[in-house]
Amino acid sequence: MASSSAAGAGSTDPAAARRNTKRPKYSKFTQQELPACKPILTPRAVISAFLLVSIVFVPIGVASLIASRKVVEIVFRYESTCIPNNVTDKVAYIQSSADKTCNITLHVNKHMKSPIHVYYQLDNFYQNHRRYVKSRSDEQLRDRSEENSTSTCKPEDTANGKAIVPCGLIAWSLFNDTYSFSRVNQSLKVNKEGISWKSDREHKFGKDVFPRNFQSSAIKGGASLNESIPLSKQEDLIVWMRTAALPTFRKLYGRIEEDLNEGDSINVILKNNYNTYSFNGKKKLVLSTTSWLGGKNDFLGIAYLTVGGLCFFLALSFTIVYFVKPRQLGDPSYLSWNMNPGGH
Amino acid sequence: MTRGRIRARLRRSHLYTFSCLKPSTVEEAPHPLQGPGFSRTVYCNQPLLHEKKPLYYCRNDISTTKYNVLTFFPKALFEQFRRVANIYFLLAACLSASPISPFSPLSMIAPLAFVVGLSMAKEALEDSRRFVQDVKVNRRKVNRHKSDGAFGPRSWQSIMVGDVLKVKKDQFFPADLLLLSSSYEDGICYVETMNLDGETNLKVKRSLEATLNLDNDEVFKDFAGTIRCEDPNPNLYTFVGNLEYERQIYPLDPSQILLRDSKLRNTEYIYGVAIFTGHDSKVMQNSTKSPSKRSTIEKKMDYIIYTLFTVLILISVISSIGFVIKTKYQTPTWWYLRPDNIEYQYDPKKVGVAGMSHLVTALILYGYLIPISLYVSIEVVKVLQATFINQDIQMYDEETGTPADARTSNLNEELGQVDTILSDKTGTLTCNQMDFLKCSIAGTAYGVRSSEVELAAAKQMASDLEDQDSDLSNFPLPKAKMQVSWDNVKKDEEIGLDAVVTSKGDDDQKRAIKGFGFEDDRLMNCNWLKEPNADDLLMFFRILAVCHTAIPELNEETGVFTYEAESPDEGAFLVAAREFGFEFCRRTQSSIFIHERFSASRQVVEREYKLLNLLDFTSKRKRMSVIVRDEEGSIFLMCKGADSIIFDRMSKNGKMYLEATTKHLNEYGEAGLRTLALAYRKLDEQEYSAWNNEFHKAKSAVGADRDSMLERVSDMMERELILVGATAVEDKLQKGVPQCIDNLAQAGLKIWVLTGDKMETAINIGFACSLLRQGMKQICITTPVSDSVASDVKQAIKDNISNQLTNASQMIKLEKDPHAAFALIIDGKTLTYTLEDDMKHQFLALAVDCASVICCRVSPKQKALVTRLVKQGTGKTTLAIGDGANDVGMIQEADIGVGISGVEGMQAVMASDFAVAQFRFLERLLVVHGHWCYKRIAQMICYFFYKNIAFGLTIFYFEAFTGFSGQSVYDDWYMILFNVVLTSLPVISLGVFEQDVPSEVCLQFPALYQQGPKNLFFDWYRILGWMGNGLYSSLIIFFLIVTIFYDQAFRADGQIADMAVVGTTMFTCIVWAVNCQIALTMSHFTWIQHLFVWGSIATWYIFLLLYGMLSPEYSKSAYQILAEALSPAPIYWITTLLVSVTCNLPYFVHISYQRCFYPMDHHIIQEIKYYKKDIEDQHMWTRERSKARQETKIGFTARVEAKIRQLKGRLQKKQTMTISAPS
Repeated sequence: MASSSAAGAGSTDPAAARRNTKRPKYSKFTQQELPACKPILTPRAVISAFLLVSIVFVPIGVASLIASRKVVEIVFRYESTCIPNNVTDKVAYIQSSADKTCNITLHVNKHMKSPIHVYYQLDNFYQNHRRYVKSRSDEQLRDRSEENSTSTCKPEDTANGKAIVPCGLIAWSLFNDTYSFSRVNQSLKVNKEGISWKSDREHKFGKDVFPRNFQSSAIKGGASLNESIPLSKQEDLIVWMRTAALPTFRKLYGRIEEDLNEGDSINVILKNNYNTYSFNGKKKLVLSTTSWLGGKNDFLGIAYLTVGGLCFFLALSFTIVYFVKPRQLGDPSYLSWNMNPGGH
Repeated sequence: MTRGRIRARLRRSHLYTFSCLKPSTVEEAPHPLQGPGFSRTVYCNQPLLHEKKPLYYCRNDISTTKYNVLTFFPKALFEQFRRVANIYFLLAACLSASPISPFSPLSMIAPLAFVVGLSMAKEALEDSRRFVQDVKVNRRKVNRHKSDGAFGPRSWQSIMVGDVLKVKKDQFFPADLLLLSSSYEDGICYVETMNLDGETNLKVKRSLEATLNLDNDEVFKDFAGTIRCEDPNPNLYTFVGNLEYERQIYPLDPSQILLRDSKLRNTEYIYGVAIFTGHDSKVMQNSTKSPSKRSTIEKKMDYIIYTLFTVLILISVISSIGFVIKTKYQTPTWWYLRPDNIEYQYDPKKVGVAGMSHLVTALILYGYLIPISLYVSIEVVKVLQATFINQDIQMYDEETGTPADARTSNLNEELGQVDTILSDKTGTLTCNQMDFLKCSIAGTAYGVRSSEVELAAAKQMASDLEDQDSDLSNFPLPKAKMQVSWDNVKKDEEIGLDAVVTSKGDDDQKRAIKGFGFEDDRLMNCNWLKEPNADDLLMFFRILAVCHTAIPELNEETGVFTYEAESPDEGAFLVAAREFGFEFCRRTQSSIFIHERFSASRQVVEREYKLLNLLDFTSKRKRMSVIVRDEEGSIFLMCKGADSIIFDRMSKNGKMYLEATTKHLNEYGEAGLRTLALAYRKLDEQEYSAWNNEFHKAKSAVGADRDSMLERVSDMMERELILVGATAVEDKLQKGVPQCIDNLAQAGLKIWVLTGDKMETAINIGFACSLLRQGMKQICITTPVSDSVASDVKQAIKDNISNQLTNASQMIKLEKDPHAAFALIIDGKTLTYTLEDDMKHQFLALAVDCASVICCRVSPKQKALVTRLVKQGTGKTTLAIGDGANDVGMIQEADIGVGISGVEGMQAVMASDFAVAQFRFLERLLVVHGHWCYKRIAQMICYFFYKNIAFGLTIFYFEAFTGFSGQSVYDDWYMILFNVVLTSLPVISLGVFEQDVPSEVCLQFPALYQQGPKNLFFDWYRILGWMGNGLYSSLIIFFLIVTIFYDQAFRADGQIADMAVVGTTMFTCIVWAVNCQIALTMSHFTWIQHLFVWGSIATWYIFLLLYGMLSPEYSKSAYQILAEALSPAPIYWITTLLVSVTCNLPYFVHISYQRCFYPMDHHIIQEIKYYKKDIEDQHMWTRERSKARQETKIGFTARVEAKIRQLKGRLQKKQTMTISAPS
């Protein structure tokens, strides 16, 4: 033992050098001493946070609600109205080749400022069904040379041995009711341009891709397409191909670019072609203006007001409770060893 | 090495009387080596014969790695897929190639590959570290016989069975060797087996007489021999074999075997033949595969995962049933799906098949409930936490140059939940270095320096006195009077403290002499001659210098003698004697030479003491004696031993100083010192020669009763002693041990000491570390001595022990005083009985009630058994800390094993989960890192489940709106990124950087540590709370968005939200909600957290923008979604704000509420720190610090408190007396 001390004395220098290499380098990071902000929830911070939320939320809620209330919406459900009274088998009727024109009148109860968006709304239509969503070929839609990439489109991939363009269930089931509007015998023009997303027109649907062999199989689905118009101009198709998230959905049909006045009666000549009768789906025609927030939906405003109000209530109750039962911050008497002495 | 000179050869065996002297008359027959298990044949000096079968034995290189280059991939992969979750994800990935899968294969395989790859990389890194360690060991050099008597260095790994090796002093043996000869003439050598069994006493090994002549390099030119022996086995203490040498057969026994990893000490060199190499060696056979340990939190996490699996299966079944119903009754009418021509998985005509395949789809689809990245994130976090532990400069030991080392990172959080610490003593609590500190000679106490224990206690007392002052003033007694007398008491105390403190002041310059901490001018520089009892002093010094078995060694550089002694105590005595002027300078066969100095003028007289007999120290005798004849011709017996033994053997007139010495001995014991009493006896010639005859007769006796005869004869002589004095040696505790124990005790940890040492030593150390103190009731459980060997004895002993246990329990139960503390002291022999199944719970119940538990004389196996008992019996987390190979079992058995690194033996460190250089670093490791890691991991896991539930359930809800068809509303890439990029870094930063309170506060408020053992942050209440929060968030996110984006236009231009818009908005809200949630969870924001949390949100937008800019070929429905569709729509932003605020509102209310009305300790401390109250009101801060500890009965704080209670009691008594006296 004593000898080792002698040995130690002789070998201090190299040992020290070796040691220093193992010494952890000091830095604030490695020692976990980085400067940090340590916010704590003081009563003032809590109450201010609640107040802040309510101050921000209530105005937004009011604004949203006003915006939503300003929107004028005419909804007309027509899937039963447009079936002649004597028809019992609605499905057979809709699948027949009879003339399914239907005249309806809409009443404008409130002035509607242009543009007025025309939508059709379907109910109970599962555009988001996995089989349906997948049944399309983006390559084919975009690129003329990819005409035959229809593997994802089954069973609407080929007809008569040739590829269908556009293939797949989505395109095949294209909505084919049409509407034309007139006011006091003066027709209202429905502008169907620009109803789809620009990016879709320009990048997803080819300018040189033309419908071919479409709706030529044994079972006809929905609308047919004009084979001389490229897909990028077939805006109804483009809108339809953007599948909806929910089984109840609207799709843009066109825009009426004239104001509609209060009391106006709008005549709609409606071609009721689309089969929603098999699955009891509703069909609605919707005319709606928009606000900065979009269409008519009070929910957002109500939600904002609710949360804002709740926060105000919380701010209030926290304030009251602080006054009733204040606790000084950092009061050591609340430490566990002071709260229940000996009861560790 | 500047080691002294080659020591004169000496027949050491003369120094020993009976312990290692083997009567040469007895000829043993060679062992009959037959049958299986004894097949090994070793051709000495012919290693080439061992190169082919059947004599091919394994090589000497060792490997502790789990994998090699070839096996790494399959083995590590297999390891990875032993996790249930990973198997699930693997299956999901396999199925993702089929049409059933709702996702593209890439989105399933990529995260899995990432996760598994990362875990495997970590595994590879850890294994490569082990490999480097192995290489280091394998490349150590040793001298090997090459040929023709020439020895040259070879690396350990190339040593083969049969090689002749020359091992030099202080080297480790590279393999199990047969000792042939040593630098001592009689072929003995000293071996330190600390690495094997933790014993610090040197062991003596002897070569065979027949090989004694093989003592220089040249003779090995022609040396040949054959060893036949047992096969490799893990038994350290047995060996059976024969050596065939020069046509004779000699039996071999364990005393000729030098075991790998033990160390040659006090012997210049030895020659040996390698018998067992590499993994055949006994120590390697002993090594068990270190069990893979998992922390409690991780085990609990499994249950959570199972819960989530159940939920997953449940919602999958629900959605499958929904799907079947929808498919059967509705799908046939959905003409747009072409139900007449449909794939099997949707076919309404085959609902059963469709349902089953949908179940698989659903299991994959809802897989986001199970956080795939959880394991890998936890792994990353733990590795980083471990790096911080390794990098902690405050756990770096300057002396040995070793930083702390977290060897396995998967137990970090377990460090925060430890309940019981089981500690080894030698090398862990103590440095195994003795300092001569005080002595009592002729009834006078010498030595003014205080022991570390006294110093530490004094320091604590000084800081506590202030507080106690105010407490005392509450006595319902006449104030003025009380104050006065208390002041008196205090003054006394302070005088004591002053002395202590001043002596501490000039402490450091004098530390130069190792083993000597004595300081008293009355004895130094020959001043002792002026003392009244100079004769006794002289005798005392002579006993110190003569009565030992050490060998002096002259250091030629300094001209100072150093000593090689069997035990460090003895070394300390010799150094002390040298410093007093009695320098032991030479030992011959029969004499001891002392340089005696009687005046300061350096005039030295050499005196010779003829060594007549030496009566050895054994743990049974507890004493050693020498009989010497001095130059005047008088014969003395000089004896040193345990006080109780010596006091029993004193002559009537030798008891002069008995009373004073006893008093001093008690004081020393209280100060934590090891004491020995010194005595002598003067013999006359006839008496001696009569006895010597007896002794010789006994010595040359043959047979079983030889030892007892020798003992009886020695006992006859060691009587009628005259007491001279007593020594007090400080078994130097490692730096900071008492403070550390004190702080750990205050953090609520229980500390058990398990030591291989004697009971007395253990108790002394117990005092030194304040695990024991005066006034503590010691319960010693021992085995009753019985001589008979009957079969029912065992039962009797057990009954007896059981009785002892019951009595002790009764005593504790009946104790009224709340401050009473008990200490349980038990020895290894008793433990063998108490650890048996029928008694162990009784023992454990008693031990748990005691403030401290000390187990002495325990074997390594018992250490492990005790650890297992505590672990399983109490169900709490145990931590074992030790430094030697004898602690390996316990280290592996405990929930956490900590090894002391920096010392030479590596076994403990290799088996450990954490390695620190000093015991005192344990405090920081547990109280700071453990506390942090526990909270970090707990919060992190809770948050993980929250975020995955919040995300995964939205997929489920959406299912219900798609006719349960398995369509996901999110783009595949969103889902990949969710776990891997968008939410992983914030949670990792939470797991790595979160600090509830800074490190110094953790140390100042040890009570905060109890949050871990009480598991406040990972109980089911909290976990379920977080899960509920996830459920709430998922509901809010989904239904708010679905209602807001229901059917109307979402932009001023009249566009309608399609699936991509709804999905992306929903996902945006999720990203915001979960990231805001984690920001609320954190209480410590460095720039890193800010960057990660807010950066994650920013990343989402950047990703969305870039993804939208890709050609639609890749981005599909997300093409231009942010730029064209979402960002111009105010409703998108307004919805995001609404949803993220609403999601976080309940949690925010919860934490505000909790902080306001039920604040936890760390909340208060955060507030104190926040308002800098600790600086403004320092009195409050110190007061709270002193209160912030668990009620404890050990540690010097408890000792000080006990003392103060005692003082108070005394004071009160005085008061009552003074009051009652006048009346």
